[in-house]
Amino acid sequence: MSAQHAMIVAIVTTKRELLQGGGAPVFIVDDHKELQQTALTLEKIMDAATHEVNASTLILVAH
Amino acid sequence: MQYLLPVIMGVLFGFISRLTLLRTDFRQYPTYPQGRIIHLSFGFIAAFIGAVAIPAVLESDWTAVTFLGLAATQFRDVRKMERETLEKIDEDELVKRGTPFIEGMAQAFESRNYLVMFTGLVTSLFSVYSIWLGIVSGIVMLFIVRKNMASNVLLTIAQISEGKIHFDGPTLYVDTIVIKNVGLEESRKVIMEKAVGVIVTPNNENSIVTLSHLGQRQAILHQVATVLGAYLDSGEPAFVPLAKRDLEDGRIALFIMPREKDFEQIQTVIEHVPILDNAVRMPRKADKGK
Repeated sequence: MSAQHAMIVAIVTTKRELLQGGGAPVFIVDDHKELQQTALTLEKIMDAATHEVNASTLILVAH
Repeated sequence: MQYLLPVIMGVLFGFISRLTLLRTDFRQYPTYPQGRIIHLSFGFIAAFIGAVAIPAVLESDWTAVTFLGLAATQFRDVRKMERETLEKIDEDELVKRGTPFIEGMAQAFESRNYLVMFTGLVTSLFSVYSIWLGIVSGIVMLFIVRKNMASNVLLTIAQISEGKIHFDGPTLYVDTIVIKNVGLEESRKVIMEKAVGVIVTPNNENSIVTLSHLGQRQAILHQVATVLGAYLDSGEPAFVPLAKRDLEDGRIALFIMPREKDFEQIQTVIEHVPILDNAVRMPRKADKGK
């Protein structure tokens, strides 16, 4: 349990207008169902943890 | 020749004490049989060194005595050896032991060799005067050694009770203590189904500090996962067991996903987690000017 360095590896969002660029790849999806589905697929691929920032945005974090 | 019997007595009781100290239980450590052979051989050497010390002194063989001191320092390597092995193994452990736990185990292995040496020494000392006295002292030493082996368990410093697992939006709680944020609805469903929440309430100020130690908490999680299994694989960070602390009162909330979701078993397992020597603090004994 040493110091954790978390890093955002991907962002999944339904709100295109919030985008301001940044350091992580962004996946824009249409609705809530697709949001969850995309995040699940990405989580399995990246072995990362999915966290909910708010209802429209999920981030995948490598701990 | 007059010292042959005392030395044999010393070696015998020293070796018996190593045997009683070496228990391969459910944790399967030391691994059977290779690990046991290593430690029994070390124990035999330690017993022998301890047993010949007194005859060497009585014979005024000072060179032999200094060589014994030299041999004793070799046992420091036992700790190093155990630490390295355990650290290597820990890398591939699903729920890690944690460095403080490993350090405690390694220290135990080293100290037990010294206990064996001491048993051999005391037994041979008394055997020089009378064989019967030697046997009695050997048996007394076995009891002392056994008493030394038992470490304190969590039961003595804390109360263990069940905590309710629930979600507030994406945030996972055990009772009132925040554990983490879970983004996937599917993971939340699995967690609600399989997870068990445990609240560890420390008994006093000392135990609050002991339980706050990350190594102690990791040791608890490791023990639960070893005995009751873990619903976990590599690359599934959502299900990794966690221990979080209530900053107000020092309670520890455990989020675990055992294969056996029976709280009574979980409680018993957690109650018998050893308290790590390295985590113990005694702030109540310190002078705080009160």
